[in-house]
Amino acid sequence: MLEIENLTVEAGGREILHDLSLNVMSGYTTVLFGPNGSGKSTLLMTIMGFSGFKVKSGRIILNGEDITDLPVNERAKRGIGMMMQRPPNLIGVRLKDLVQVTGKGKVDPVALAEDLNMSAFLDRDVNVGFSGGEIKRSEILQLEAQGPCLLLLDEPESGVDLVSIEKLGVKVHELLQGPSHCAGWRQRSGKAALIITHTGQILDYVEADRGYVMCNGTVACSGNPRELLGEIRKMGYNECIRCKMNRSNLIREIA
Amino acid sequence: MTSDQERRAKEALRKEASFGEDIDLEEYEEGSRELSTLESLEDLPQDTQRTMLDAGIEPSDKGKAGNFLLMDNTVVHSAIMGSGVELMPLSRALKVHDWLKDYIWKAVQPDTDKYTAESYLQKADGYFIRALPGAKVSMPVQTCLLLKNRNSKQYVHNVLVAEEGSEFEVVTGCATSREVEKGLHLGISEFYLKKGSKLSFTMIHNWSEFIGVRPRSAIVMEEGATYINNYVALKPVKNIQTYPTAHMNGRNGVCRFNSVAVAHPGSTMDMGSRAVLNAEGCKAELISRTITTGGTVIARGHLVGNSKNIKAHLECKGLILSDQGVQIAIPELEAHVPDVEMTHEAAVGKIAQDQVEYIMSRGMTEEEAVGMIVRGFLDVGIRGIPEHLRAEIDKALKETDVRGM
Ligand SMILES: Nc1ncnc2c1ncn2[C@@H]1O[C@H](COP(=O)(O)OP(=O)(O)O)[C@@H](O)[C@H]1O
Ligand SMILES: [Mg+2]
Repeated sequence: MLEIENLTVEAGGREILHDLSLNVMSGYTTVLFGPNGSGKSTLLMTIMGFSGFKVKSGRIILNGEDITDLPVNERAKRGIGMMMQRPPNLIGVRLKDLVQVTGKGKVDPVALAEDLNMSAFLDRDVNVGFSGGEIKRSEILQLEAQGPCLLLLDEPESGVDLVSIEKLGVKVHELLQGPSHCAGWRQRSGKAALIITHTGQILDYVEADRGYVMCNGTVACSGNPRELLGEIRKMGYNECIRCKMNRSNLIREIA
Repeated sequence: MTSDQERRAKEALRKEASFGEDIDLEEYEEGSRELSTLESLEDLPQDTQRTMLDAGIEPSDKGKAGNFLLMDNTVVHSAIMGSGVELMPLSRALKVHDWLKDYIWKAVQPDTDKYTAESYLQKADGYFIRALPGAKVSMPVQTCLLLKNRNSKQYVHNVLVAEEGSEFEVVTGCATSREVEKGLHLGISEFYLKKGSKLSFTMIHNWSEFIGVRPRSAIVMEEGATYINNYVALKPVKNIQTYPTAHMNGRNGVCRFNSVAVAHPGSTMDMGSRAVLNAEGCKAELISRTITTGGTVIARGHLVGNSKNIKAHLECKGLILSDQGVQIAIPELEAHVPDVEMTHEAAVGKIAQDQVEYIMSRGMTEEEAVGMIVRGFLDVGIRGIPEHLRAEIDKALKETDVRGM
């Protein structure tokens, strides 16, 4: 479904992603690990198409279509939806109105909000004065209204207390399993997701199929997400970096 | 005494105003004082009703304490439906209330500039509204100032008196008939708020790109009085210059000015508000939200702290949506005693791209996203607006072309 080919990305005048490639298969949930500053958020922001992130080379392919140069809303139209790590404040824009227009009038913001314990927030300005956990719930609320087919979730569980994590995990699960709104997408397979997680708590709620470890702006390793998480927990990210270096040395030696 | 005022007014006939482009008063003919009167606002032609509606005035008696319509320089309608409040042409009020002569031309001086001088010498008429002592007037009084004929100048002189402990609400809609290609509006408004009274005053401007506008307003407040001023100008105008001033003379007075304005290409809007805090415990808040889609906005604000324990905040925020647009924010804080808390916040600039893209990431087009942010930006400036006006204002906001050029 999503193919990232040799992506090099610049933000704020600095090259942040270097020649990065990865795949998210249709119907599969993929998780992204990696230390702070390794470029995980940058990758998601670039896939969504935010203009602060300039693709210097490489391509982003969605369902066979090159979307590298499409504007953000065209990507949303094609089924990509994102939970940002730090979404901006929208002063004067009420959450209710944003959810309403996002759902194209086909969703009931009040009912959705109630389910997420967000009723009190509907009349507040989007993200203004929201706590970390409230931002996550607000993002989920918007995603529910949007109904995307490829979910990009940037640290859905960070800043969320243990009780709310369960609620949030269930919601993410629903989002992934829910009926697909996107014409021409494989109904059977459900939706795909690319989820950034530090703690791996989200893995208790969604079945992840594949994991990638990012280091210094590129993919260091990939494999079974639970195994990867286990090793990261045991040995930290330094081991991934060392491992990758050993592997490339090995490849060089063989060649 | 009057003769002294008259002499000073005559001397001020050529006196340019401190702000705003100078207007040659001789280019305009005096607006008619002899239009025929109306039984009811509902008798107005459809298109006039439409114009008024766009200025927040419902052409109906329902739900209103009073209705007043000045067309050019003729009071064509003045009717009172509610109780606790008086509404009549100022010319008549001066005959009914002998004491009124001690009020008029006290808050605004006739020799302020050529516009006040001419209005004074022409004995401009307008509305007189008075809330009786202790009256809590539940429904709003609506007043409409309409420029009907081309090349006219309209002089208006309004006096509002809030007696002790009274509470009331006034909406003034100012508008131009579509066919008027050139016109001038000079408006004097004097407000007298007595002890413990409360007035919410909303002015909505719906002029056209051919009209020059020079309101001159001052508010005199006694102890514990509350004054809320909402000003909305979303439609094109040729040039407007206004700088209402609240003189907070009694302790614990509260005043708030909320202004929202859009300067379209060709419009020059020089709009300020000023609060002079002369007594202990007074609080003032001046908030403006302005947008340019190609015109020029000068957002002024001036707080003067003359007494201890006062608190005042000034906020001018301006969005620039066009390469041709100009935003000038001039916030001023002036303290004459040490024990004051006065702050200001000013910002001008374009819409933040990350906000636009955030909304776009939910599937909206760039235009839709910009529209939402712009409406939100203005919305903050009119959150104090009375509920019954919201629908009209929201509609006007939606219709406002904010794409910029
Ligand atoms: N707009 C920007 N300007 C400059 N540096 C940036 C910008 N965005 C991200 N970076 C830098 O890029 C690196 C990767 O950031 P990020 O993608 O947020 O990492 P992660 O999400 O993995 O913690 C960091 O060093 C960060 O400071
Ligand atoms: Mg991050």
